[in-house]
Amino acid sequence: MEEINALFGGFAVAMTPFNLLLMIVGVTLGVIIGVLPGLGGANGIAILLPLTFTMPPTSAIIMLSCIYWGALFGGAITSILFNIPGEPWSVATTFDGYPMARNGKAGEALTGAFTSSFVGAFFAIVMITFLAPLVAKFALQFGPPEFFSVYLLTFCSFVGMNKGSPFKTISAMMLGFALATVGMDTVTGQLRLTFGNPELMRGFDFLIAVIGLFGIGEILLSMEEGLAFKGAAAKIRAKVVWETWKQLPKYWATSLRSCLIGCWMGITPGGATPASFMAYGVAKRVSKDGDKFGTGKMEGIVAPETAAHAAGTAALLPMLSLGIPGSPTAAVLLGGLLIWGLQPGPLLFVEKPDFVWGLIASMYLGNLAGLFVVLTCVPLFASILRIPFSIIAPVIIVICAVGAYTVHNAMFDVWLMLGFGVLGYLFKKLDYPMAPMVLALVLGDRAEDSFRQSMLFSQGSLDIFFSNYLVGSITSLALLLLFWPIISKVIGKKKVAA
Amino acid sequence: MSEHSNNSNQDSVISVRAMDIITAILFLVFSLVVMVGSIKLGASWGSDGPEAGYFPFYISLIILLSSTVTLYQAVIVNKKKKTESFVDKEPFKQVIAVLFPAIVFVLGVQLIGIYVSSALYIAIFMVWLGKYRIWKAVAVSIGVSVALYLMFEFWFQVPLPHGSWINPLEFIGVR
Repeated sequence: MEEINALFGGFAVAMTPFNLLLMIVGVTLGVIIGVLPGLGGANGIAILLPLTFTMPPTSAIIMLSCIYWGALFGGAITSILFNIPGEPWSVATTFDGYPMARNGKAGEALTGAFTSSFVGAFFAIVMITFLAPLVAKFALQFGPPEFFSVYLLTFCSFVGMNKGSPFKTISAMMLGFALATVGMDTVTGQLRLTFGNPELMRGFDFLIAVIGLFGIGEILLSMEEGLAFKGAAAKIRAKVVWETWKQLPKYWATSLRSCLIGCWMGITPGGATPASFMAYGVAKRVSKDGDKFGTGKMEGIVAPETAAHAAGTAALLPMLSLGIPGSPTAAVLLGGLLIWGLQPGPLLFVEKPDFVWGLIASMYLGNLAGLFVVLTCVPLFASILRIPFSIIAPVIIVICAVGAYTVHNAMFDVWLMLGFGVLGYLFKKLDYPMAPMVLALVLGDRAEDSFRQSMLFSQGSLDIFFSNYLVGSITSLALLLLFWPIISKVIGKKKVAA
Repeated sequence: MSEHSNNSNQDSVISVRAMDIITAILFLVFSLVVMVGSIKLGASWGSDGPEAGYFPFYISLIILLSSTVTLYQAVIVNKKKKTESFVDKEPFKQVIAVLFPAIVFVLGVQLIGIYVSSALYIAIFMVWLGKYRIWKAVAVSIGVSVALYLMFEFWFQVPLPHGSWINPLEFIGVR
């Protein structure tokens, strides 16, 4: 069991007083970010990233990943107490969470949500602990064609799994790729698509895109909806926690199913949001009193929260082992690795075991810290939401502007951020998905490099992506997912006809 | 959504279909710009492998195709769906009420630096949209600016913009 040994080594790295302090700070910040409209895991981490440039990488990633755990926890608070999902993945939690809170069971609902989140995350972390090293070892044999086929799979699965128009998904994704090519070409050193503008030489940094799309875009949307926060009272007593914990084991089957759904959706870049909906749907179908879902059933909270956390955590598995993030937030963390001078991908496990295992160990500790913080501090976090939007909105825009500026110390980026904000508002309203665009912007250069290297090997023939069983089956799977919207339509029609 | 479609004709600023069409056309223009740029760079096979414009050329080609389909769907297929509103008048005013000051704020950051423009922006926003007392707005806005200074420049030593035109805080040592 070398993983266990490595994990204990990781605990030794993570358990310094400084790192433990950073964990608490990170989780608390994360919950605040998760509660506030306009700030979420992805852009919250993007804004705070420049502050970590001077820290040692292990401490930095521990703090940033803890912000992520905190944000995952935080989404549930607003869903249950205010019927406002603080994060997209907690939409499904409102269905049963808010009715429970209205029936005076806010404490039970919150305890149930937090505990399920913890269980989902824990399941995913255990999976990462044992699976990530294997995947990384396997991926060490990958050449450029294999890597390109994995990128292809990642992006095709967005097309296959997204509910909206596949053409809009493709347009948004390719926009990300196109923006990624702007600036210096990594292979030939030529300047590309800058149109003589020196500001464009740096290229489009995805951190700016994330801050604009998710931050400013979200504020514009919230403003349009005219948010009025009317919330249920929040307090969690120790006795309620205890009582809820006693009845939670009843839902072990729901929990396990949601864990599996979450892990699957997290590794393939389906993400936490569809995972939570899917888990809710499955739980509703399987449950004995499925027709009572939506009136305040505990199962209706357990299912989406477990799945969302499992997915959010599992998204770090491909990020760590392959260098391919499964979600926008994982992409921001990957951006951090690059800035700290670490090359994400299979070699990371060999070259920087301290870093990788320190991070994995910190996931266990960070989620434990998260559970403790949210259970004890709910009233405090709920009070943040009572701050009127006319204060929150300008303050968040100021914070976003600061975040965008500090990435490169460039004023041009702040303007870009505003542009991305308007784009985010437009995209959200027209159902253009933003996650594939952000991932394309992050992975664009590397996908392009692996594509061009493969083309060099094969002298321009696309046959190389079918040249052996491994790359051939990944490519085929990718194409299957790409054409899934058409395939599923054909199958559906046949079923109707029969 | 039924009450929405009843009165959407008077309140709607623009329909979803129209916005879909505009966005798809913008995508088309963007793809053509990228395509021309890539061809100028060389989008074919050079002596040492694919040229710099090779990858972006195909990317722009895919955008061209996919947004043509989106345009077709919006114009032809969704012809009857035009009643659905993209945004109504009142919410649109709210959006503009955030967006326009935000643009002025960013311009302010560029000219007179982050601290004074943040303080002014937050204070004006609070008084104008939130109807707060002036002293409350001043307290919050100055508080945020001071917190920004302490957090970024003092503790983490990350420089923030002080103004390219004038630095209004030079006299208290912010430079």
